[in-house]
Amino acid sequence: MTSSAMSGPVPHMPGAAAPPPAKSSTEGRSWLSALLFLLPTGLLLGVFLVYPTIYTILLSFDRGRRGEFNKFLGLDNYVTLFTKDPNFIDFSQFPPSGALFNNILWLVFYTSIVIIFGLVIAVMASRVRYESIIKSVVFLPMAIAATALAVIWRFVYAPDAKTGLLNAVLDVVHVGPISWLGNPGFVNASLIAVGIWGSVGFATVILSAAIKSISAEIMEAARVDGANEIQIFRRIILPMVSLPISVLAVTLTVNVVKLFDLVYVMTLGGPGTSSRVIAFTMYQEAFPGGLFGKGAAVAVVMLIIMIPVMLFNIRRFRTESVT
Amino acid sequence: MSDSPEVPGGLVNREGPSTLSGRILERLNKTPIHIGLGIVAVIWLAPTIGLLVTSFRPRSDIQATGWWETINTLRFTTENYSSVLNAQGMLQAFVNNIIISVPSTILPLVIGSLAAYAFSWIKFPLRDTLFLTVIALMMIPAQVAFIPILQLFAQVGFTRNFMGIWLTHTAFALPFGIFLLRNFFITLPKDLIEAARIDGASRFGIFRTIVVPLSVPAIAAYGIFQFLWVWNDLLMALVFVQEPRNWPLTRQISTLLSQYGTEWNLLAAGAFLLMIVPLVVFFSLQRYFVQGLLAGSVK
Repeated sequence: MTSSAMSGPVPHMPGAAAPPPAKSSTEGRSWLSALLFLLPTGLLLGVFLVYPTIYTILLSFDRGRRGEFNKFLGLDNYVTLFTKDPNFIDFSQFPPSGALFNNILWLVFYTSIVIIFGLVIAVMASRVRYESIIKSVVFLPMAIAATALAVIWRFVYAPDAKTGLLNAVLDVVHVGPISWLGNPGFVNASLIAVGIWGSVGFATVILSAAIKSISAEIMEAARVDGANEIQIFRRIILPMVSLPISVLAVTLTVNVVKLFDLVYVMTLGGPGTSSRVIAFTMYQEAFPGGLFGKGAAVAVVMLIIMIPVMLFNIRRFRTESVT
Repeated sequence: MSDSPEVPGGLVNREGPSTLSGRILERLNKTPIHIGLGIVAVIWLAPTIGLLVTSFRPRSDIQATGWWETINTLRFTTENYSSVLNAQGMLQAFVNNIIISVPSTILPLVIGSLAAYAFSWIKFPLRDTLFLTVIALMMIPAQVAFIPILQLFAQVGFTRNFMGIWLTHTAFALPFGIFLLRNFFITLPKDLIEAARIDGASRFGIFRTIVVPLSVPAIAAYGIFQFLWVWNDLLMALVFVQEPRNWPLTRQISTLLSQYGTEWNLLAAGAFLLMIVPLVVFFSLQRYFVQGLLAGSVK
């Protein structure tokens, strides 16, 4: 996120700097030394990222028994996923269901609520003296493993009003007890709430830095001109945080696509298959399930979803290099 | 890696109104903010404090009442910790976490900074194209690589020891690490590096004596980020650590959860064991930690 601040001046842009004096003699050797510096990276990325990506794309067109190529199926794995597997996506009823649809729920609710809460908390905290304490408190879950978050919230969601914090609170107003993780109607909302709880601190810290970069003079001038707090928020703060928000939205989207640990530990995709997400489906189909071709197809779906993010990052890097 | 810029004043009007009535008015104006932030603090603290308290309660208490009832019972025990550490193999899992995390942090730091140096201070053909490829690789989900990597590891037995998880964590950390470190390296003063070149320093000499020492803050932030990333990981451990005696805490806890859904006392202690190292890092190195995470947000 602070990468933009980090990149700063770019001394080595082509044409920007005068060539070193002894150009002809160093050019050949610099090529060789670059190769040495890049060799370990090249080997690791080639073996563990580039080759596997090509292999998985090809495997997604195969039955892939034991992870090997044994029967070419064309697009069958994809057709199965999108039309015959209600655990992946089921359009036959409304609202739709399935892992991919759950990712869409996550995308819509998790992303927007994290940003809204982050913005509200950042603005509120900027008005008080204990700002840094509040930010630390909200940021704390970022340090904790999703596995530990899952255990923490299994306690909060315990279905018994005597032991579960949330049901105990609701019991005061004579509601429930509700089986937050055991009821297919509640489970996704309950999981998304944990995700939000875990990520709001991140949004708060980023947006707080953006708000702080608004100069005091501008705020003062607006107040002197008679702007009220809501106008200041809409006309000054919101435009200033629109770029950080778009970067945040991309980051949170990546989180949603990769989401696995939380779902695995809290519900194992259940009850039934109602809280599955695509990263979980990939793991489940390929490893306990042994359906490697289908698992590969799910992985490729994840890859395709990531392509726009890839392009966004490349474009952002290009514009930063030019400026 | 810039700190949150400390613009003087910012939104906070530090002086405040001078008259008494003005001050009272301001207090009243801020009351909703204090209440709102109080609610935020409770929502973000209560679940974690609940887990901490629970982990010290006797098993029978945990099953009968919620942690907030401790105020009435005031019964505490360390029995949960001794039983997860001894009987449930958590001590070994804790050691495994260290065995997995340390090399998986050092390897990408070393290999990544070498590559980042080449991308920032050596001219070679296709440099920009290769760097854009690295940025693109940053977005490849680990799932895409699982099946072929497991095929490779099966031939050399890397899932039976720690080699598999070290190598996979290292490879998947590299694109982001290179991106982050290169962005820092290019901000180093050009004159310094050119002068060293003219004095006859080798490229590796410049890397070791100038670039690395000047980049300690960036390297530390990235190191902490990567260490916690690996420490907290479950997915890679599920796929690439197949011997139960090599399992890290995350995997041990998730097994505990499915085996004994009702052994809440063990779960609470186990989860807190998993949280201790990240919490210590968070409170002692908060600045680097926040910077690393913020920079890591593009990952």
